[in-house]
Amino acid sequence: MEELSLHILDVCQNSIKANATLIQILIHEDILNNRLTIEIIDDGDGMDEETRKRVDDPFFTTRTTRKVGLGVSLFKMAAEATNGELKIESRKQSGTKIKATFTLNHIDLAPLGDIEDTLVILALNEEQIDVRYVHEVLGQHFEFDTRQIREVLQETPFTAPGVAKWMKEYIKEGLYNIHKEEAK
Amino acid sequence: MKSLDDLKKIRDNAQKKVTMRAKNDGIRVLVGMATCGISAGARPVMNRFVEQVDKKNLESVTVTPVGCIGECAIEPIVEVLVGDARTTYCKVDVDAVDRIIEEHIIGGKVVDDYVIGNYRV
Repeated sequence: MEELSLHILDVCQNSIKANATLIQILIHEDILNNRLTIEIIDDGDGMDEETRKRVDDPFFTTRTTRKVGLGVSLFKMAAEATNGELKIESRKQSGTKIKATFTLNHIDLAPLGDIEDTLVILALNEEQIDVRYVHEVLGQHFEFDTRQIREVLQETPFTAPGVAKWMKEYIKEGLYNIHKEEAK
Repeated sequence: MKSLDDLKKIRDNAQKKVTMRAKNDGIRVLVGMATCGISAGARPVMNRFVEQVDKKNLESVTVTPVGCIGECAIEPIVEVLVGDARTTYCKVDVDAVDRIIEEHIIGGKVVDDYVIGNYRV
């Protein structure tokens, strides 16, 4: 996977399978400390200690269609390639938190990529899981929360004409705005 | 700048249309979005479906991400459900999406070039 936003999409599928109702994706571009952190926090089923220890093992998976599970392992590799790391905290019944850290100016740091595409696909998931995305850079921050959008939409589904397009443009503009300062 | 007010307009338009539309059976498009699918390019594929369905006003079509069905080597996999008829497409790319929309979803004819039978007997 060439973009961090693809890893995020992938790892969030685990939260969906774990019956989460809210997935929070927190991104912090900490330019002063040369660090990028990506946290994915869900309120799903969580894992016991035994399982938690094995999720970054490529030969561990809960799926029954095949015997390997690469989602978390690949995300971990992407972090470690930049001298970063990936940590998982989880407890049964209380959700899971994955925190990946990256070195911002590392040559092997993959770009974040089209995060708006990732978020729109997550918003269109069948289980109606909510997604909160917070992106912080140099004291600026952008937040996108499907709960807020759900409130505006009332009975209208996310699949209604024009909604996906609006979300995409809203996210793109929001991210562009918080990065304006940095470009100066 | 996109605002929540724009979203309200979109909602109001959608609500008007819903009351006009009778019980339409609808077509469902399922895009495999597990690790294998994503690595093979499922995100731009799903994205293209969403864009084109919107652009062409195909209001009875819903596009949904789903898990893996175990055929990881021939991802991206897309299933099109029209009533009881299920068609499984493999190795779908953006060009294939345009053909599936034009020929299958609008035209009603399965796009043979991408059906799973070509890859698995």
